[in-house]
Amino acid sequence: MSLIKTDAPGRKLLLMGNEAIARGAIEAGVQVCAAYPGNPSSEIIGSLSQVADELNIYVEWSVNEKVALEVAAAASLAGLRGLAAMKQNGLNVASDFLLNLNLTGTKGGLVVVVCDDPSALSSSNEEDSRAFARLADLPLLEPSGFQEAKEMTRWAFELSEELGVPCLIRSVTRVSHARGNVELGELPREKRLARFDTSKPILPVPVVWTHKLLHEKLQKCKKRFETSGFNLYRGPEKPQLLILTSGAGWMYALEAVSNLGLEDRVGIVKLGTTWPLPEGFLKEQLAKSQKVLFVEEVDPFLEANVKAFAAQVQQEIGPKLFLGKGSGTLPDTGELTPDHLIKLLKEELQVSYEPRPASYIQEALEAASQSAPARTLGFCAGCPHRATYWAVKKALALDGRDGFVLGDIGCYSLGMGPAGFFQMKTLHAMGSGAGLANGFGQLGRFGLDQPVLAVCGDSTFYHAAIPALVNARYNGADFLMLILDNSATAMTGFQPHPGTGKTAMGETVNPIDIEGLCKALGAEVHTVDPFELDRTLEILSGLLQEKKGVRVLVLRQECALVRGKRQGRLFKVWVDQDRCLGLGCGCNRLCTRVFRCPGLVWDASSGKARVDEAICTGCGVCASICPASAILKEAS
Amino acid sequence: MLLEKDPWNLVITGVGGQGNVLASQILGQMLVDKGYLVTIGETYGASQRGGSVMSHLRVSTRDQFSPLIPEGQADLVIGLEPTEVLRVLAPYGNPGTMALVNLRPIHPIDVIAGDSRYPQLQDVLEKLKKLSSRVWILNATAIALEMGDPLYSNIVMLGALSALDLLPVDQEAFRSVAQRLMSAHRMEENLAAFQKGKLAVREYEEN
Repeated sequence: MSLIKTDAPGRKLLLMGNEAIARGAIEAGVQVCAAYPGNPSSEIIGSLSQVADELNIYVEWSVNEKVALEVAAAASLAGLRGLAAMKQNGLNVASDFLLNLNLTGTKGGLVVVVCDDPSALSSSNEEDSRAFARLADLPLLEPSGFQEAKEMTRWAFELSEELGVPCLIRSVTRVSHARGNVELGELPREKRLARFDTSKPILPVPVVWTHKLLHEKLQKCKKRFETSGFNLYRGPEKPQLLILTSGAGWMYALEAVSNLGLEDRVGIVKLGTTWPLPEGFLKEQLAKSQKVLFVEEVDPFLEANVKAFAAQVQQEIGPKLFLGKGSGTLPDTGELTPDHLIKLLKEELQVSYEPRPASYIQEALEAASQSAPARTLGFCAGCPHRATYWAVKKALALDGRDGFVLGDIGCYSLGMGPAGFFQMKTLHAMGSGAGLANGFGQLGRFGLDQPVLAVCGDSTFYHAAIPALVNARYNGADFLMLILDNSATAMTGFQPHPGTGKTAMGETVNPIDIEGLCKALGAEVHTVDPFELDRTLEILSGLLQEKKGVRVLVLRQECALVRGKRQGRLFKVWVDQDRCLGLGCGCNRLCTRVFRCPGLVWDASSGKARVDEAICTGCGVCASICPASAILKEAS
Repeated sequence: MLLEKDPWNLVITGVGGQGNVLASQILGQMLVDKGYLVTIGETYGASQRGGSVMSHLRVSTRDQFSPLIPEGQADLVIGLEPTEVLRVLAPYGNPGTMALVNLRPIHPIDVIAGDSRYPQLQDVLEKLKKLSSRVWILNATAIALEMGDPLYSNIVMLGALSALDLLPVDQEAFRSVAQRLMSAHRMEENLAAFQKGKLAVREYEEN
């Protein structure tokens, strides 16, 4: 249940950072919100979609991040307030539009929230999106907590409207996916009317002129940032060490200083407005200490920009010793933790700190390594991707020409590991399996004689694979495209997409037919249920033999988590204990050791396999893999 | 109410799908309702697919602490799965750490596949007792299964926590939050699960 619509100013709620951002947008009177799901950003639009009807807001799961930003920008150009949200990779997709929109300018407040994922806890990279603020000459805000995430979002709309440019908010996993106290503000009571002023076209030309205007807006922004309450200092008048931080770094710095009792020796400058730099404020702060430590995730963004500024005003602020990523004091990859800072400050300021005895640490580490078995990630019981990769593995082995699968982003990315029998051989951006296959599919002329396969999910197909397929059909790339249609954006929490027949607002609409679209391109298209393992293998083998052009195989079977809720088990599955030959079989525990479904258990005491009925979802696929035909299934 | 230690640090750990996140959210909101500053840090994403999950709860009267507990500073670990408590104590435990543990193991895929072994439960519990100042053990999954659904285990554990007098949480606070955060049709069952957890831990203390 979404709490973000609660109409009770002053009430304190425990909100996720993403919900706080959504609430901030609501309080600012946002009317149009759009996103493509991606962790750690998904709950922003997810929570807004739940209250959209009631608050009369338009909320959309867009086909990709560029379209999401365009949808939100249209609201702005019609005088309304708009919000687009995305993860770091998504801003790359949206950036082409963003780097023109900065020049044309905006009208109604437009806020772009990007949630970065330091340490890539649920991502394929850990890029620092703040670089885009410099690249696009746009204002950048970084929340350091939950209340601030809400207040900052609300203010970002005002700032955007005042300056006439989109405002970027950069969050990180430890803000977006954490929870904390948030005191609610007033809900707006009025809606704006949308109107596009046709007398003033929205154009980036003449570019040099609009670029100059943009720089003037940034100068104006700098002035606003000088007095912003989001920048503050906590510490003594003349600290031995001055920490300069933003985002989650603020929370870690506070934690470290209070743990070590360094409140009288270390000062912390928190910057909430990180581009353009509030130079007057910074100059004042830098004068406080000779030693400055930068604490930020992931790149040395503040570090580089503040160092450059400090060089400019060196005569006024004096020489400084700068510590951070450049000096090797803090790591320049991965997320920071309070422990990074505790360790660093302890050494730098020569204080003692022992949270627990060394003997305890050793005993606890030994206990965990001996008695807490590793939990490797795997596909869920009854996941159609397991069946698909099994068939692919077999088909490629039978084909014998060392064919390979080019991969993509989704649950099926686990195909790179044991869960998918190590079948997926590349992993980059959304749609990049299909894109790379366009290139590999042309290398036959230079001797590449291996079959080329690409894989993408249903949501990814709409997001980024369609242009690659158009290109493939037109330029005659030779590959087999596997579309793993599990009817869900499963990885990020089952958000609707154009194949599901539902919108973010809960409306029922006509789904967009994957096969129909591919056929319209002129590709050869087949469809199979991967649970029919033999049939899948047969079709795959046939398609691998074909020579030229792009062939599409849609492997359609609902995500086990969705199917389980909707209809329960397809089959009752069990292992006939007489037929199972156990270790004497010669299959070397194929069903458990290799197939690795959580519902199939190797029973060490009996030396045979058995089905765990509490976990088995009844897909029945394992019945096709047992060489002794000991796994039996019966329609339930 | 002042805390014995501020911030008071709690880790709720388990395996993806056990209701870890919901338990931490409910507990956190109960404490916010009592006027505390609460921060919760959660592991997400890939950990949903059979991996270890943990939530850090920081409770304070003075500051909004970071979502990550520093090394060695957990005051209590609530384990929805016993071996996960050992995994959490390695980085976050200290000799004063307490543990509230659900006895029922969940086997990792590596164990199911026959590639590694799950330790003897007795061995796990002995290690837990050596590494903690106090341990409470109950079979929350069994209690939940008696109620018809293993998913009640997390609420049983919250009920158990309420009986330990470590944090100011009680049935009334739970009811109030559950009405806001959980679906209405299982309200009676959730309240019963909370109550059963309370009784189970009292029974454990008596024996």
